[in-house]
Amino acid sequence: MFDYWNPHIERMPPEDLSKLQEERLKSMVHYVYDHSPFYKERFKEAGVKPGDIKMLSDLSKLPFTYKVDLRNTYPTGMFSLPRNRVVRYHVSSGTTGKPTVVGYTKDDIEMWSDSLARALTSIGLGAGDVIQVGYGYGLFTGGLGLHYGAEKIGATVLPTGTGNTERQIMLMQDLGSTAIACTPSYFLHIAEVAEKMGVSIQDDTSLKVGVFGAEPWSDETRRRIEEATGIKAYDIFGTSEMSGPLFTECQEQNGIHVWSDMFLIEVIDPETGEQLPDGETGELVITTLNKWAIPLIRYRIGDLTVINSEPCPCGRTHPRLMRILGRTDDMIVIRGINVFPSQVESVLMTIPEVGDHYQIIVDRKGPLDIMKVMVEVTETGFSDKIADLMSLSKRISKELKGVLNVVADVELVEPGTIPRSEGKAVRVIDKRKV
Amino acid sequence: MVAIKQISLFVENKPGRMAKVSKTLSDAGVNIRALTVAEAGDFGVIRMVVDDPEKGYQVLHDNGFTVSETEVLAVEMKDIPGGLYEIVNTLGESNVNVDYAYAFVTTKAERALLIIRVDNLEKAREVLTSAGVKLATKDEIQKI
Repeated sequence: MFDYWNPHIERMPPEDLSKLQEERLKSMVHYVYDHSPFYKERFKEAGVKPGDIKMLSDLSKLPFTYKVDLRNTYPTGMFSLPRNRVVRYHVSSGTTGKPTVVGYTKDDIEMWSDSLARALTSIGLGAGDVIQVGYGYGLFTGGLGLHYGAEKIGATVLPTGTGNTERQIMLMQDLGSTAIACTPSYFLHIAEVAEKMGVSIQDDTSLKVGVFGAEPWSDETRRRIEEATGIKAYDIFGTSEMSGPLFTECQEQNGIHVWSDMFLIEVIDPETGEQLPDGETGELVITTLNKWAIPLIRYRIGDLTVINSEPCPCGRTHPRLMRILGRTDDMIVIRGINVFPSQVESVLMTIPEVGDHYQIIVDRKGPLDIMKVMVEVTETGFSDKIADLMSLSKRISKELKGVLNVVADVELVEPGTIPRSEGKAVRVIDKRKV
Repeated sequence: MVAIKQISLFVENKPGRMAKVSKTLSDAGVNIRALTVAEAGDFGVIRMVVDDPEKGYQVLHDNGFTVSETEVLAVEMKDIPGGLYEIVNTLGESNVNVDYAYAFVTTKAERALLIIRVDNLEKAREVLTSAGVKLATKDEIQKI
């Protein structure tokens, strides 16, 4: 009843997986020391030699790598191999400062698509499926990453990329897409446009699965997508530094499986850098185990998450990321209180009168930070009494305060007025930074 | 049933919003009989009685407005001092609350029409009818 891409690895007993990780970690440490002047220097500064790493628990002796290291060595200072071994570049958008360049050997591309082949198989996709890739193609890793993974499992790829939404819907119908991969906010937009075109995703298309990621989203949004369109919505995770999108939930929809033979993951206290046990929320740190152009040792991704190493009912033994709260970069600090847009979303999406799109505007009034949340009023429960509308915005504000402990002004706006995005949605406008 | 359908719209309090609403109705050939705007800071609610409420609702909905239909009464009142008093006093004595009201005068009649939303539609209809007040029907509104 369960399909696996690589049953031997995916169901490997945890102790065997640990052994495999230990061997790969030891050789990876030697590899970076010998190939990367950056790591040789970094190891020296930390007073650690490759030979000091004898078992998995020695991992904490190794120094961290930070996003800023990739920026400081722009463009290719972190590469461990010369260009004649590199078959592809991807470049991250670099909204803050310089972009980061990542490179891949042939084997790196193979590892990446292998990871996605396992993931896509775990959500029931395979040959015979039509996978519409609605992520951006080009420098962004989303489009090409999913493309290679989908081809690997023998599915038919429909490489629509982003945009031209009406044509996306037409092709979805005409070519019988059974799955779509894009940002969750773009899928909400697609569903909205389909409705306007008189197309019901549930009744008029063959779509049954969505693979949504590249921006944090909540279980409440998942519920809305599934109820409105009848598809199963799965979370996908990965960053360009790790390769691109790599891992998804399985059909249990209970945590994202991270393949232990490829990546070693830890969760740390972001303040002290101490490792945290399973079940505690902390910053995700990854070490690549078989990636050669840019291997990374204890790379601090910045996502806050919780690890669960219990085997999953699906039969896979690899650890799961239970909840990704968002990047520490996405966090906004309002009057000294940390707020994640995903927390705001999880509150809003439980209120039926509120539409699927929202925007958070942060500004400063004198010495005070102010947060305004803009939401669209849907026809569901729209009352023509002013008092009801006023109490709706009060109710939203009260529920936000309950979860965030921050007072937010709620502004009710007309449907369609919050900008729709085809890629990553702009959820926060922080005017304090302008 | 003598209740008539009023169309209500959620609109942001911004320049051009009323224009967009009226253009949508005008393009569909829907005529507005009476209209009122209630504003509350950043947003407001437009309420109106039109000649063809089904069509009016549909075109506004299709053009992406947040719109709802509400049942209201169109009460005929004498266009003389005391005309309004007679009606609201009848309702008040029967403990029917008026949530909101707006009035308009038709070109033909010496009577004015008062649109009211009440908390108890059935009771309002009953007490007004027995007090000899006439309630306009949907057809009558259409024919104005």
